[in-house]
Amino acid sequence: MIRMKPVDVVIVGFGWTGAIMGIELADTGLNILALERGAYRDTSPDFSYPHNADELAYGIRGKLFQPLSRETVTIRHAVGDTAVPYRQYGSFLFGNNVGGAGIHWNGQHYRPSPEDLELHSHISKRYGAKFMPDDMQIQDYGLTYDELEPFLEQFEVLCGTSGRAGNINGEIKEGGNPFEGPRKRDYPTPPVADTYGARLFADAARALGMHPFPQPSDNASQPYTNPHGVRLGPCNLCGYCERFGCFMYSKASPQTTILPVLMRKPNFALRTHSHVTRINLDSTGKRATGVTYIDAQGRQVEQPADLVIVSAFQMHNVRLMLLSGIGTPYDPNTGKGVIGKNYAYQMMSSLGVFFDQDVAINPFIGAGSGGVQIVDDFNSDHFDHAAHGFVGGAYIYGGQTGGRPIQQLIVPPGTPGWGAAWKKAAKESYLHATTVATHGSVMSYRDRYLDLDPTYKDVFGQPLLRITFDWHDNEYKMSQFVTSRAQDIVRQMKPKATSLTLRKPGDHYDVRQYQTTHTTGGVIQGSSPETSALNRYQQSWDVHNVFVTGASAFPQNLGYNPTGLIGGLTYNSVKAIRENYLKNPGPLVQA
Amino acid sequence: MSNKPSSPSRRVFLRQSMAAVPAVGLLGTSALAQTQSAAPAAQAAYTPRYFTAPEWEFLQAAVDRLIPADEHGPGALEAGVPEFIDREMEGAYGHGGFWYMQGPFAPDTHPTLGYQLRFNPRELYRTAIAAIDDWCQKQHQSTFAALSPEERDGVLHALEKGDITLDQLPATSFFAQLLTNTKEGYFADPMYGGNKHMAAWKMIGFPGARADFADWVEQPGKVYPLGPVSIEGDKA
Repeated sequence: MIRMKPVDVVIVGFGWTGAIMGIELADTGLNILALERGAYRDTSPDFSYPHNADELAYGIRGKLFQPLSRETVTIRHAVGDTAVPYRQYGSFLFGNNVGGAGIHWNGQHYRPSPEDLELHSHISKRYGAKFMPDDMQIQDYGLTYDELEPFLEQFEVLCGTSGRAGNINGEIKEGGNPFEGPRKRDYPTPPVADTYGARLFADAARALGMHPFPQPSDNASQPYTNPHGVRLGPCNLCGYCERFGCFMYSKASPQTTILPVLMRKPNFALRTHSHVTRINLDSTGKRATGVTYIDAQGRQVEQPADLVIVSAFQMHNVRLMLLSGIGTPYDPNTGKGVIGKNYAYQMMSSLGVFFDQDVAINPFIGAGSGGVQIVDDFNSDHFDHAAHGFVGGAYIYGGQTGGRPIQQLIVPPGTPGWGAAWKKAAKESYLHATTVATHGSVMSYRDRYLDLDPTYKDVFGQPLLRITFDWHDNEYKMSQFVTSRAQDIVRQMKPKATSLTLRKPGDHYDVRQYQTTHTTGGVIQGSSPETSALNRYQQSWDVHNVFVTGASAFPQNLGYNPTGLIGGLTYNSVKAIRENYLKNPGPLVQA
Repeated sequence: MSNKPSSPSRRVFLRQSMAAVPAVGLLGTSALAQTQSAAPAAQAAYTPRYFTAPEWEFLQAAVDRLIPADEHGPGALEAGVPEFIDREMEGAYGHGGFWYMQGPFAPDTHPTLGYQLRFNPRELYRTAIAAIDDWCQKQHQSTFAALSPEERDGVLHALEKGDITLDQLPATSFFAQLLTNTKEGYFADPMYGGNKHMAAWKMIGFPGARADFADWVEQPGKVYPLGPVSIEGDKA
């Protein structure tokens, strides 16, 4: 075992939240070290044009994803089943390397609705506690929207988020999202221009009395310089965004917003190819002494540190806590324990919308998030759920992120999967089709959780994380309801044909189909150590010098993309570390 | 960090490629006819590195039915799909380098939990092709490749539905793999050996690696005028 010189702060995993932690702590003068299992990556040369415009390498083979050959997860549908490995990418995509999934994300940058952060209290108050099924165990975050608002804004200002405000200090603004929580000011940059499919969608939604607005997007609409002095350039809607890095410096990522400044700080260091396997504890088990990692040569290295920030991907955070023995593992039989508790996902549906030959959709014109229109009327608690019998909702999305033909070419319903008829349909549909989709919440349940697999191991011989997950009735109902509203919009668009992908009661969670990478929970935050792993500052209740960032803190999943909330919670956490914890190390909230 | 939305090499690349694109190049059926006549010679020039001679015959006979040649555009054969698949078999992908391949294997797991066979793509093709040719010999006294197009369609449909039982693996798993790789080769950048002359992109109207539509997003509903470019700078 090699023992390195102690540092003040060690950051485990160097994606979005690791980079935010690094830059926000750098001015304290502390010695900060980030450990990243992958390699260094930057816009040039790694995402440069034209090599980036390679659907096979990035979109299909997953050049930017974590190699599953080294580490994956196992999945089963129910407690008592035997889990099997997630051997090929499908349902969700793990990031890898510096920047993590923050490189190959879409840039959909949402805030939560105020009620999302106090969901259990809100639902109990509005509909009564009996409205929730017995096995649903949704919780509050331990902080409110108003408390988090400055930090949500701070992340938008970092990213140069493009969009149009719908609610500034309680005043509803035309053309924005009237259902959003009150903002202090408008988005940093105006919306990206709409693609044609999005325009057709928005016109139809407006005709039905709904409230379409441009998707808040971290694809910059114009040149933007953020508070660190780092600059982004305007998006050109290249169609190679999600699953790809950005060659235009347009998509916000750690590389395009933080790293050019952070990497030059003398008190900050990054060590790549360093795979953390344990958070080490002292003999009391109440204080972390640092971490152990495996370096590029396969050597075990001990890195002492006074403060440990766990900022890997959601599932990796949960696994590291379980491997390190911090907090009590969750037990689905008793409902006790917290690590691994409340794993949740999202439920999607989609409609292919096919027009006649005279409607030129040009689907290849697309950005990961910009240029798309959204209807948020049926998300969160934006409508009265009483008659519908479910909790949660979805936003409806109109437009497309690109027209990459291997993955994104769609054909009308009834078309065979191959042969002359498929080819003819592909030729006739490609330029004239767009997509409408719903992006929905998933609640947390007693029998949906994460633990360590008893059989399968990673390349280092450590147990893989095991997911126990399948859909519940609440989500089938939610998806059916919002999808019906999406179908109303699509009918109004007057297409020639429409296809539908909807998950119906009895359909199992299918890991072969990409749905979202928005997996949540397992190290949740809340107001009590009995029911959560972290306090409202994402500090471990059990080991006060361990903080855990990211979507692992979500007590249940919301209908929005998670990154905006993840960024806000990270800024909230790091402010508390800087202003309170460093002066007086100990629990920031008394249990 | 410098704000550099477009490098000099990219601008040169685009200028050169745009200059050579005829305005009618979008669906150009005349260009298509040319690629069809030129294709057999190009295909014959490729010698497979992974597939044996009987496997190569199977592969060509199968992809020819999955995406047949007709007046709408290139078939998988003239598009070079067999070459694409053979080249993929020789790389990390073919060796299962992108997949988690540790046992134990539980092939009878519910299909919604994904691929659970012990075969990497190379092994999957080799095992399945031998088994399918065996089945064809028993049923039709012929290899798959020597069957008529209608008979080949029949076998492929039966594989897709799982109506044929193969010895060592589910027929549906192999069919899914074959169809996936066929469409990949048909639509991937030509530098991987398929999509010869970008003919599949031309057929549907995809502009390939152009990757810059800042101007055209402001022209909603207007037909995009430029034909495709490839990563290596070819234009069509």
